[in-house]
Amino acid sequence: MQCVVTGGNVKVLAKAIHSLSRIGDELYVEPQEDGVSCFDAVRNTSTSSYHHVYIFAYFLFASTNGADLNASLSCTIKVDSQSVFRSLATLEKTVEKCHIELNEQKDRLTFTLHCKHGLLKTHNLSYQDSESLQAVFNKDTCTNEFRAQPRVLVDTVAHFPPSLEEVTVTVSDERMWVRNHVEDETGNTTRSKAMLTELCLASDEFDHFVVKTPNSVTFCLKEFRGLLVFAESSNLPVSMYFDEPGSPVVLSVTDGVLEGNFVLATLSDDPITSLFFLFPFWTFWSTLRAHAPPSPPPDDFMNDDMDSYLIAMDTSVASGPSTAGPSASTLTDPCTSKLPEANHRTRTHSEEEEEEMEDGSERPPNKKFRSLFFGSVFPPSPKMSTQPVTTQEVLASDSEDES
Amino acid sequence: MPLSTQSQDDEEHYVLVASLDNARNLSNILKAITFKDHAVFTATPNGLKVTVEDSKCLQANAFIQTEIFQEFTLKEDLVTFQINLTVLLDCLNIFGGNAVAGTSTALRMCYKGYGYPLTLFLEEGGVVTVCKINTQEPEEPMDFEFCSTNVTNKVILQSESLKEAFSELDMTSDVLQITMSPSQPYFRLSTFGNSGNAHYDYSKDSDMMELFQCTMTQTNRYKMSLLKPSTKALALSCKVSVRTDNRGLLSQQYLVRNDDGQICFLEFYCCPDEEVEEE
Repeated sequence: MQCVVTGGNVKVLAKAIHSLSRIGDELYVEPQEDGVSCFDAVRNTSTSSYHHVYIFAYFLFASTNGADLNASLSCTIKVDSQSVFRSLATLEKTVEKCHIELNEQKDRLTFTLHCKHGLLKTHNLSYQDSESLQAVFNKDTCTNEFRAQPRVLVDTVAHFPPSLEEVTVTVSDERMWVRNHVEDETGNTTRSKAMLTELCLASDEFDHFVVKTPNSVTFCLKEFRGLLVFAESSNLPVSMYFDEPGSPVVLSVTDGVLEGNFVLATLSDDPITSLFFLFPFWTFWSTLRAHAPPSPPPDDFMNDDMDSYLIAMDTSVASGPSTAGPSASTLTDPCTSKLPEANHRTRTHSEEEEEEMEDGSERPPNKKFRSLFFGSVFPPSPKMSTQPVTTQEVLASDSEDES
Repeated sequence: MPLSTQSQDDEEHYVLVASLDNARNLSNILKAITFKDHAVFTATPNGLKVTVEDSKCLQANAFIQTEIFQEFTLKEDLVTFQINLTVLLDCLNIFGGNAVAGTSTALRMCYKGYGYPLTLFLEEGGVVTVCKINTQEPEEPMDFEFCSTNVTNKVILQSESLKEAFSELDMTSDVLQITMSPSQPYFRLSTFGNSGNAHYDYSKDSDMMELFQCTMTQTNRYKMSLLKPSTKALALSCKVSVRTDNRGLLSQQYLVRNDDGQICFLEFYCCPDEEVEEE
């Protein structure tokens, strides 16, 4: 894989890598047919066990200057970012061209920076093969969509203290409210002593403002700020997409050269639902949603789709194809009692996956988290093939598939 | 500006008297070699040389010529003593380290000879401070026997480009490898850190390269911890000369312009890492 980035795009690439590095230490780079993706994915847990914040940032760089991208390269590599693009200020002045090359024989990712005054900087970075990461999210199906100039959003978040972790965004037909999220930990005492800040933005401050389902979402502010720094310095409008609490909010910037997506998890209102808030489960749910009755409130979701999930996951109790299907409303009552079990099964699923990975397979080592996050919903078990899953559209690609 | 508070008797006893209107012309240079507490001062008719050494592998010398001083009187051919450099710098900056526009600290440095303390008279805005710092038996500085006839490779670069490279160096690397060659890659700095290796190549045709004289290809590794002290000198300088001899000993010479535009030199000698033969 080789590609060349020239001129001002080098600075953009460097800024993108810097903003990704705010999230995690490792950078995932994946060459694709039409460019190179740089990812970062990390999981933060705050003190409460209900707050699992998943962050996924994705920058796709279109190939420039006749790049020679080996599209059959399906592995994703993990490098220690930051060492290559140290100082953004000097980059702008000195770097003329950046050449990126992946040498599989030597296991090296090479960044060659051609600078002024005949200075050549070469960074040979070692990398690790890792599983292909595919975050599944679909901006097009999100019911709420906004686009604003970065300045508007930067001015908004400037009012919140730098230490603030989470922010809540509430939308109605004409307005958006942004306020700090205060945890209600020990009764109501924390909330009453905390300073609450709320800002209101009218729809005309946005370039695009569409609200189909008015509600509130709470997500991590730190990563949001990271994206805003990048967007403001590149002067790109920021788009925001979300549905409802529990489903992620997607922040996106794009121009001709790159597309950046930050997928942030949101707090779910229902504490029990949040226990099941694992990405593969979410994607499965969103698939089924397409077949389910239109816009069911969260409670109904539990009844309609939970059993399908349980059936899919349960390999031992399954009584055959007849019980499969998303619309079994007769299982309303048993559903709630099954919740603790399903929880247990979820964990078993992850353990199974992890064990399979360790079975001397050729695959590169995975962290357990990653196999839950991005892998296929269904464990790659031969038993599953007997289940009637072909009727359901799967968004998450099975890591075993050759794409 | 001679201080009239001294008696004439003392004047006759001093073997060394050096005066500066602006003490910063001395303190700024000395700051660049303060990687160890103690320094050896050697005064000759040419001027003042201050030497700092580390573990017999690294030696730094600061040269302040006679012309820099407003007064430089030497009663003997060679006067040498050892002194605590950190304390000396604290005294030179006794009126505050920050430069205030329009004011400067005047210095008169006096030494009576072996066994006597170094006396500093410092004046700023009419306030006079007298400091007496004990001197010690001077240790013989290492003689690396680096002579120009043994020099195999020499380059002179403008400091600007080297400053950038040094600021970005991967500090997780234990060593800095310097390759000098009459052919590609001409002049290369390499690090081997946790995430991989990095190379900074300077082309001989670069406009930053003022002189390029390389006779043979040499690659030597130097401990990063020994090269770090020289980065302060690099920051002050406008030009740097890098030379290696047939043993791989590294000599860096930095040209520094002081506040008044006068030239001083800083010199660093660094021993290479010996390759240990694996048995």
